[in-house]
This record gives sequence, C-alpha cells and structure tokens, in this order.
Amino acid sequence: MTTTLWLPTPAASARRRSRSVIPGFGLTMGFTILYLSLIVLIPLAGVFFKAAGLGWQGLWDVVSSARVLAALKLSFGAALIGAGINAVFGPLVAWVVVRYEFPGKRVLDAIIDLPFALPTAVAGIALTSLYAGNGWIGQYLEPMGIKVAFTPLGVIVACTFIGLPFVVRTLQPVLEDAEKEFEEAAASLGADRWQTITRVILPAILPALLTGFALAFARAVGEYGSIIFIAGNLPMISEIAPLLIIIKLEEFDYGGATAVAATMLVLSFALLLAINLLQAWTRRRHGGRS
Amino acid sequence: MRNSLIVVALLFLSSFLLLPLIAVFTEAFRNGIQTYVQALSDPDAQAAIRLTLIAAGIAVPLNLVFGVCAAWAVTKFEFRGKSLLVSLIDLPFSVSPVIAGLIYVLVFGAQGWLGPWLDAQGIKIIFAIPGIVLATLFVTVPFIARELIPLMQEQGTEHEQAALTLGANGWQTFWHVTLPNIRWGLLYGVLLCNARAMGEFGAVSVVSGHIRGLTNTMPLHVEILYNEYQFSAAFAVASLLAGLALVTLGLKSWLEWRHGESLAATRRY
Amino acid sequence: MDIQIRKVQKHFGDFTALDGVDLDIASGELIALLGPSGSGKTTLLRVIAGLEFQDHGQILFGGEDVADRAVRERRIGFVFQNYALFRHLSVFENVAFGLRVRKRSERPGESLIRERVLALLDLVQLGGLERRFPAQLSGGQRQRVALARALAIEPRVLLLDEPFGALDARVRKDLRQWLRELHRKTGYTTIFVTHDQEEALELADRVVIMNRGAIEQIGSVDEVYEQPTTPFVFDFLGGTNILPIELRDRRALLGGTEIAGLRDSIRPNGPADLYVRPGDLRLTEGHLPGFEVQVQGVQRTGPIVRVVATYDAARDPLVIELPHLHHDVPRFKPGARLRLRLMQFSVYPRHEPRPPRAPVTQPVLIGRERKRERLG
Repeated sequence: MTTTLWLPTPAASARRRSRSVIPGFGLTMGFTILYLSLIVLIPLAGVFFKAAGLGWQGLWDVVSSARVLAALKLSFGAALIGAGINAVFGPLVAWVVVRYEFPGKRVLDAIIDLPFALPTAVAGIALTSLYAGNGWIGQYLEPMGIKVAFTPLGVIVACTFIGLPFVVRTLQPVLEDAEKEFEEAAASLGADRWQTITRVILPAILPALLTGFALAFARAVGEYGSIIFIAGNLPMISEIAPLLIIIKLEEFDYGGATAVAATMLVLSFALLLAINLLQAWTRRRHGGRS
Repeated sequence: MRNSLIVVALLFLSSFLLLPLIAVFTEAFRNGIQTYVQALSDPDAQAAIRLTLIAAGIAVPLNLVFGVCAAWAVTKFEFRGKSLLVSLIDLPFSVSPVIAGLIYVLVFGAQGWLGPWLDAQGIKIIFAIPGIVLATLFVTVPFIARELIPLMQEQGTEHEQAALTLGANGWQTFWHVTLPNIRWGLLYGVLLCNARAMGEFGAVSVVSGHIRGLTNTMPLHVEILYNEYQFSAAFAVASLLAGLALVTLGLKSWLEWRHGESLAATRRY
Repeated sequence: MDIQIRKVQKHFGDFTALDGVDLDIASGELIALLGPSGSGKTTLLRVIAGLEFQDHGQILFGGEDVADRAVRERRIGFVFQNYALFRHLSVFENVAFGLRVRKRSERPGESLIRERVLALLDLVQLGGLERRFPAQLSGGQRQRVALARALAIEPRVLLLDEPFGALDARVRKDLRQWLRELHRKTGYTTIFVTHDQEEALELADRVVIMNRGAIEQIGSVDEVYEQPTTPFVFDFLGGTNILPIELRDRRALLGGTEIAGLRDSIRPNGPADLYVRPGDLRLTEGHLPGFEVQVQGVQRTGPIVRVVATYDAARDPLVIELPHLHHDVPRFKPGARLRLRLMQFSVYPRHEPRPPRAPVTQPVLIGRERKRERLG
C-alpha cells in the first residue's frame, strides 16, 4: 500500500482537534447567529431600547391610559378564552382523529391545519361574513340576541379559529403513542370510561395540552389579521392591542407604539415562561411527554 | 359515545374551519364569474400578486439557507447554549406580527435610527419592497429550521461520518448524503414557510404604507378592497390565497401520507 | 499498514474513555478489541479512524503520525455498527461512493469504477444485487455491502465496529467464517470491536482485552484464555468460580486442607483468590488434592451439564460444567457428596480492587494439572 498520496500537510491541527469530525461548524454557526441577529434579535432589542428611552414614567403614562388598558385586556382576555375553548374541543378533535375510523377522516385531519395555511386576512373577512348579522351563522345567532361580529365575542371567535391546530397537533402524537396502553389499563383494572379519562388519559396528556394551550394563547395574543375585520375596532370595546400599535404608528407616535409593544412582549414572554415551568412540573409529576 | 364524539368534532370543525373556507369561494363568485375575472385582472391586483411572489421568492430561499445552516449547527455539534439558540430561532412565533413590522419601522423608518442616513443615501426600506421582504423574513424565520432540527437530530451523524471515512469533503457529504436524507422534511418546511410568506398580513401591513400598485401584497389588497366595500373583488383575491392554502394542505397531507417516516417524528409548531 | 498507538488518552468531560493506551498492530493482522460496554474499545477504534481526536498521545500509520489527518484523509475503511448505508443510493452507488467523491484528478473513469465495484460485490458474494437498495437487503447482505463500500477505497486499515452486533445468531456464525476467509484473501490490517468473547476468540489473531479505558491484556487467543493476567480477563472470558484460599509454601489451602499444589509461586504466603472455570473442575479420589462439595442441583443446557454445588469453606455456591456424555455425569446427583480437583486455575491477590488502570501484572500464577481438555 502506498503512502505517497498522503503527503503530510501540517495544516492547523488545533482545528482538527475540535470536538466533532463533521465539518462546517464555523460556517453554519456563524451564518445562523449573524442571520438571527440581523433579522430577529437586533431589531427586536430595538423595541426594548426605545422603550427604555421613554423611562418608567413615560411607559406608565402610555400603558395606563384607559384605551391601552382596555386593548391589552381584550387581547389577553380573548386569547385566554380562545385557548381555553381549544383546550376543551382540541382534545376532543384529536381523540376523534386518532381513535376512530370514519369516511372523510383524512380530509378532516388535513383541514385542521387550515388556520396555519389560510392567510389571516382571508380568514378574517371569511369569519366576518359568516358571523355578521346577515351571515350564514350570524342570522341564526342575532335573533337569539347574540351579536358576534363587531363585538369582543368576534375577537374570541377569531382567537379560537387560529389557535385550534396548535392544541390538536401537539396532542395527536401523544394520544397515538399511548392509545393502546390506555385501553389495556382500562380493561385490566376494570375502570369505567369516565375513570379512564380522568385518571389515566388526562394526566398523561396534560403536559402536551398545556404546551398546545400556551402556543395557541401566544399566537392569539399577537394575532392581527383574522381579528381586525370581525372585531369592529371600537375603541375601549373591541380594539385589540396590535391594532393600537398600528394606530399609534400612523399618528407617528413611535414612543406610544413601542410602549404598547414592549408591554405585550413582556407580558406574553412572562406568561409563556410561567406555562413552561408549569408544564415542566406536570411532566415531572406525571412522566408524560410534551 | 363514538358517534356522538365524531358528530361534535365534525360540527366544531365545520363551523370553525370548513364554513369560512366555503364562504370565501361563495362570496367570490356571488356576482358571477365576470366580476371574479375582472377583479383578478385589475392592474392593482396583478401588481399585488407580483409583489407577493417577489416577497415569498426572496424570503423562502433565504430562510431555507438559514434553516439548513441552523439545523446543521444545532444537530451535528455539541455546544453550550444550544437550547437557548433553539428558543431564539422559535422566537418570531411568539412575537405579534404587528410588532415584527414595528421593529423595522423603529430601525429603518423616517424617525428610526437608520432613517435619516438611509434617506440621505436615497434608500427606501419602509413603505417599500425591502421593508415588506424584511417583515416577511422575520415572521417566517423558524419554519424550515423547526422542521429540520428534530428530523436531523433523529437521523444522527453516522451517515455523515461514513461519507467522511470514504473520503468525501464537507460539501460532498452534505450534498450527496445529508440532503437526500432530509429532502422531504425540507420540502415540508418550505411548503409551510411559503404559505405563511405569501399570506402574511400584520407585519407587512405595518411596513407597506399601502401604496396601491406599488407596495400592496395580496393580503393587503384584500383588505383595501374589503374596506372599500368591494366585497366580491376582495373575496376574489382572497379565493386565490385560499386556493394556495388548499394546495399547501393537500401537498402537506400527501407528504405526511407518502413520506411520513422521512418527516420529523413529532409534528410541533 | 502497521499501526502504533502510543499513550493515547481521551476524555469526554469527566469521563475517561481512554487512559493511556499503547498498542502495536502488525501489517495484515486481524485484531479484536474486546471488552464490556464503556471499556473504551469503540472510542479507541474511532480515534484510530479519526472520528474522535485523542487528547494526548500518538497514532502512527506506518510510522507516520496521523494527528493532522482528518478522517477523510486517513483512508481507513470503517464499517459502522448499523452499517450507515446510504438509503437513497443503490448497492452499486453505495460501493462506488468513495470513488466518486475523489478529486477529479484522482477519480477513476466510469468503466474502471464499474469494474471495481462489480469485482468487490463478487468478493462479498453480492454479485447481481447491485441494483437493489439497502432497504431491500437482509441484515447480513447489508453488512457485506458496508464492507465492500469500505474496501472500495483500498483502505490502509479496515476498522469494524461490532460488525455482527445487529445480526441474528445464525447469520453471525456464517459471517464470521466468511470474514476470516476474506481477511485471508485480502490481507488488510483489520481491527474489530466486539463485546462477544466467543466472536473475538474465534476470529482474531490477537485479542486486546480492554477495561475502563485501559488494556488489560494483549495476546493470542490461547494466551488470553489460558493465561489471563488479571482477574478481570479471567472473569470476562467465561464463567468463573472464586475460591477464597490461603497460600502457604506453594500450596493452596481451602479451609485448612490442601486443594492444589502450585508449580511456581510469585505470591507471598497469605490469603488469595483462586479463580477456576466451571469446566475445569472434575471428580477425584480421596488421596489426591481436592475438596468436598455437596451437589445442590443439576441442569442440562444443550451439550453441557451444569451442576451447582456448595462447599464448607465459602458462602457462594460453585458451578461445575461437564460435557453431557462425560462418564462422571451420572454421579452428579442432588445431595451427593463428591470430591473435586482443579484441573486449571489462576490465583490472584485477595480483594484486589479492580484497578482503574491495569498495573503491568506479570503472569501471575498458573497452576495446571495437565494439558487442557479441548473437548471439555
């Protein structure tokens, strides 16, 4: 065997001693950090930088105004209710899709992702046309005294719409994994259906449910496109926080817009963190997977 | 039990998901095919379609490169702060699109930090196409990376190591070994990324300035038409986007059905 | 290609995977790295390949330090435990991969590649399967594709990580014979990692037994089996009975009575452990050195009869193994009191804690009554 092809190259041996033989760490890591910094991190940090420039008093003045408070309350409240509705119907839909065979199941499974795929503006005008007083659904609700379009209720409907897939899709794999064991546990221990659900299934899917809830909530808090059409955007009543940011921007009130944005970011990060901790705690306790 | 659960699920899904979809197409054709064609052949509508294609045409490839690089760095190497990096990649998902638009206004806008300097150079970013592209980039950053990271994590590095022992260099290893292993996951990510890029509304709305024929994307054009009470035209343009959504969903289901084993094991969003 | 490994150390964080390994491998040798999981054998193989980098020490290929050689420049044929075949490429293209990725100036022409690949597939007895994809092959076939792929680059050394680990017992046996034959034909310096002592003993010219990142013993199959230098090696290469004995003037005493004489002694008088394999215990008569046991149970496992017995001097029961047709088998009945002698054993100092790194132990003390019964 010849070694002549393998002339010694005293090239940087330190580099070769790096922790992995796979090449490209510097290049890919460098590009990742650079890109993420330029597109996401530095501009996002700008919000906090700008907000810091306003000072605590300046921030407080903006955020404590009645209109901003109402908008924040609506955005977070509707998102919470929407995520809550999904936390009830999401598991049900996931269960039906995982558990049962019926005609059209594949279409149903695919359509669950519609809120991901359908542009929010399209969803917005479609929901509005459905729930308006003369719409397909609105015409039945209105005589009962339920007004959805152009009220906070409409905001909740939109929040539910966009959040649904988050809950269903995080639950689906967990249910698929554990389905068989549930059945066997129930059968072998003689538990009735209700006991199986509350004692076995719910604890097992709880971490995933919390994850889905958190994702749905986070998405709904910041949602704009699918809400503004159906909300009616009445100040103090059905005006969401993201819209308020746009209004302030259009008035060239950059400081005000930034203050609202920073508040939203901090609030939703804090809530996400709290839910993550809660989820970690649940997972430790019940050993389920997220 | 079984049937009632199915019925409840179906009712819930149809009222929340299916009906809006049907409504879009019904409203689009309410005033006949004539109005529909007219709405789409309108020069402003054409310009909006073009701009949407441009924005997605830039944002998707850039995020593709980013997604592959990020997934390579995260899955092929061990380093401190990895989970922090993964969280940062996901960050745009938890930021309101409106805030995504706002941050670029703060940086590049007329009153922004770089605004006066850009103005002096004659470069327009906000209320122009670059701003729209940037906003689209921001909201679609995580899509491809998020699909690839769990997939490549699962696949490990043994194939790459095998290629290296056989004498392949880094690029050959990626091109001939890694890429074929992740191609379906990559396509899946591109599909979702593209759907979001073409449909993005909030972020783009902030930076666009809504100049008809110049800085209006399709979703923005839908909004303008709707606010002008041209409902049929608005729904006509919207039906194109809804069609895009349906194609995306169809391809996505096909990928999951046909190549499910080559996609990330758990579907996360 | 001969390979020298000099004082190689490798740490993963706090874990010491290799703790100063020295090993010389002659050109054309077939070497087994044998040890339990976590013993560092796979790490050593990967360091030789260049898939991991040692923290200290040298690896020399034909006298040349390969520290600065990346894995792709080392020209080693590496067969991964799970083969790592490229799923999207046909058998042909898998084998051709190493040729196709060469620089244009060194790349053989298409016809030469074809010729080479088909010859290799014939060599590994896969002729005619070149259009198949890895998913369409059996485990044993995949293993051979992986081998052909590694051979295609004309490696300077062939490295195999648990080559038969993923196969079922039957295929494993066939492939062992076949690999031995292939090695004879091709003459590549070959190192393989295994945790299966039978596999190592059957295949290798020399066996390197590793424990906790260090080499416990290097030797031919006979050497490591017949003269294990450490209790670990003795224990790892088969079943073991440990008798607590007292050494006195070249005599091994168990509970005060002499059970065996020693040819030679480099151990001082005092307590010691006597290691004896279950197959090296036989019946004896009262006047010869030996000890009394009481049979507790007899179990037949295939061609082997396994007897569990107790004796007075120690708490642990003793295991005795006999070939099922051995003339003494009928005498082993539960409850029977019998006298045993030791045909072959090793004596090690008492309670020597398993050393984290093997001390260079002189061949300790081997008692041997007569030539080992191969059939036993």
